[in-house]
Amino acid sequence: MWGARALAAPQRRKFVLVILRGAADGLSITPPVGDRAYAPLRRELAITEAALPLDGDFGLHPELKTVHRLIGAGQGRFAPAVAMPAAGRSHFEAQDRLEAAAGSDVSSGWLNRAMASLGRGAPVEGLSVGPVAPLVLRGQVATSSWSPGRAVETAARLPMLVQDLYADDPLLGPALARGLKTEVLAQANLARLAVDTADTPEAPNAARLSRTLQGDSREAATRLGDAVAGFMREETGADVVAISLDGFDTHANQAGALSRRLAYLDALIGGLQGGLGQGWGETVVLVVTEFGRTARVNGTLGTDHGTASTALLLGGGLKPGGIIGDWPTLKEARLFENRDLAPTADLRSLFKGVLAEHMGVDRRALDTTIFPDSAKAPPILGLV
Amino acid sequence: MALPDRDLQAAIAATRFGLGARPGEIDAVRADPQGFLLAQTTSRPVPDPIRALPVARAEALQAFRQAQAAFLKANRQQDRKAVDLRPELSAARTVLRDQIAADVLERAARGATTEAGFAERWALFWANHFSVGAGNFVRTATIGPYEAAAIRPHVFGRFADLLVAAETHPAMLLYLDQNGSVGPDSPLAQRTARRPDAKRQLGLNENLAREILELHTVGVDGGYTQADVTEFARALTGLTFRGFNAPAEQVGETYFRQIAHQPGPRTVMGVVYEVEGEAQALAILNDLAARPQTARFISRKIARHFVADDPPPALVARLEAAWRDADGALDQVAAALITAPEAWAPAPAKFKTPYEFMVSSWRAVGAAPRKPADLAMLTAMGHRPFYAPSPEGWPDEAAAWATPDGIIKRLVWTQDYAPRAIGAADPSKIAVEALGARLSPATATAVARAESRGEGLALLLMSPEFQRR
Repeated sequence: MWGARALAAPQRRKFVLVILRGAADGLSITPPVGDRAYAPLRRELAITEAALPLDGDFGLHPELKTVHRLIGAGQGRFAPAVAMPAAGRSHFEAQDRLEAAAGSDVSSGWLNRAMASLGRGAPVEGLSVGPVAPLVLRGQVATSSWSPGRAVETAARLPMLVQDLYADDPLLGPALARGLKTEVLAQANLARLAVDTADTPEAPNAARLSRTLQGDSREAATRLGDAVAGFMREETGADVVAISLDGFDTHANQAGALSRRLAYLDALIGGLQGGLGQGWGETVVLVVTEFGRTARVNGTLGTDHGTASTALLLGGGLKPGGIIGDWPTLKEARLFENRDLAPTADLRSLFKGVLAEHMGVDRRALDTTIFPDSAKAPPILGLV
Repeated sequence: MALPDRDLQAAIAATRFGLGARPGEIDAVRADPQGFLLAQTTSRPVPDPIRALPVARAEALQAFRQAQAAFLKANRQQDRKAVDLRPELSAARTVLRDQIAADVLERAARGATTEAGFAERWALFWANHFSVGAGNFVRTATIGPYEAAAIRPHVFGRFADLLVAAETHPAMLLYLDQNGSVGPDSPLAQRTARRPDAKRQLGLNENLAREILELHTVGVDGGYTQADVTEFARALTGLTFRGFNAPAEQVGETYFRQIAHQPGPRTVMGVVYEVEGEAQALAILNDLAARPQTARFISRKIARHFVADDPPPALVARLEAAWRDADGALDQVAAALITAPEAWAPAPAKFKTPYEFMVSSWRAVGAAPRKPADLAMLTAMGHRPFYAPSPEGWPDEAAAWATPDGIIKRLVWTQDYAPRAIGAADPSKIAVEALGARLSPATATAVARAESRGEGLALLLMSPEFQRR
């Protein structure tokens, strides 16, 4: 596989980080169907017969059809019991830890620091998708951001006059400049999407299509994935993308809410893969969450904050293999603090492995500036 | 540290402490900027407590739930009647949707027109501190009433009273899943466990307890443990509200359901609470309000919101001292903020959130939003009112909002709004009235040289000093 790749035209490697916010329930994403302790702990919430089959030990949530297909084709793997160290059970603290990974220093995210390290060679472009900029991409390296919506007339007078006003503004000047650059790309992107997906005889309407990107349906997610892929395919497009999805904090009536969000995630991945085409072979998608949920169902048909959860690793160039990390089982004696799934690997090890082998980030930088104090989290190699 | 001159003080009073200057406001304030702000903090005695849910809202919610239940039942039974029930459900939904939209519009219009901008900003701060986010229809419909009944009447009163009001309002109880939380050893749980047809076991939900500790009082570094969260959750069991099957005038009233309460004493953060029943959780709440960590945690939040993302420690210390000296009397904390020299630093250190940007834009031209569509852009900007993504509420720091996409969205809105809003007014005059001494020569020149009135206003609204406060 390495030989064939070396002969092909050099393509830039791409990395997409999807953050599921709210502590996504790993025990529902990759239900441990082979673990006898699972069904009694989860009762009404246990996903057993309905799970998409993988092997005797694990299944997949029924909405994760695309992920299922990818795993079947050797283009997906998962780590069923991973966590950040000392994540605690506060969402916001844990998300900060997940994204900054630098102890109490939350001024920058590890992905931005990785880009800074890579950027010493050729510049690396980063893009966050969504109206609020995630911490993981904040830092020294300027990154772009985009979310679907009405367009600005980039060639009109006003944007240029405002740029003049921002000439000496270190915050607004660069932000506007990047925004305008992205807008130009986005409008070209959407025009192409509108042509590709037009199934009516009327002229394709980029504005109307932009509206269909918003919303929670599978269709909206697929289109969004496709739109993001469009950004990545451009010559000077994004190499590193961060997408956040909300809505995973399922304290009550978990089944329905989680199904809807996982359906969205699944369609987003499908849209990304479809949109990337050949580029899928050079892309890795990593789906993570800040911590998991309690092993037992709670009093309101939901689950509370836990510890370990599942991470999904997807991409066209993965090496074959089984689960990443271990499975500690849900036996009462093996639960963390008698309530949570225990972690068997540090998420930072997963980040390091992907950054090192897929993106070529310097190993020493990974252990020092990008993930300070991470001696206890050696990179998991051989994934890509 | 000396205060800046009167002109700059007047501008700061209106634009940093308030929600932006309306035409003539800076002039009116110049005589005594601090006095202008202090006058807004006079503690209002709470009149007869405002009903948790107005009767009209309760009735609309009941009608919706009835229509929904009937429709779902018919649907499940694959009864043809389901089709006939749909219009009724649709109508009930529309009524609620309109009421929710009216809540949002009313709050935005109040922000745009109030003469007490500081009091309004202060109230919005507390509503965000005790954030309740939208979800299903029913819950979203309780948010407007929540702010009116539980937050606003208490923002210049005692913190403990505000805390109790916020945590016992049905909006918060629904948001953080409290109404289903049942003590595992309570009579209700035991009764249900004994029934052979029990659909599920009733149990504890920790969400409210955790967020009270982590977000509303002592803060994540406040020194509590997981065990404290669970104990507090046990103490809270029984706290609920009269549900939608009650008569409309009672719907939403907080009440204590003894049979759901976990019996026994509780220990939270080292204090043993022997008192039983309803008084148990109230005692814990009052103690949390009085803890020094609470004063510290929230003082820092206030300083961060009003003055700078990285506030001067001296300012935080001042607020904390005022809080402790006044036993959590929030009008005193507000006064300490207003009289703190650090709060009057000339450079605008805070970047406006999308909501603040739009409200201050309306204020600058003396306008107000008139229909829900006027607020639609806030959704695209990631700041849809009532839809804060988590109990933490909306972020405050520049890095969250000053993104490339964020600036573009503001530009899109301004490009569209400014030409419509300016009418026959003079954008240069508006610039002076909106920013006073904070208007920079560069911006004033750009506005004066604009090709059209609309362009002039747009440049003012997008200017660096207008994007900040």
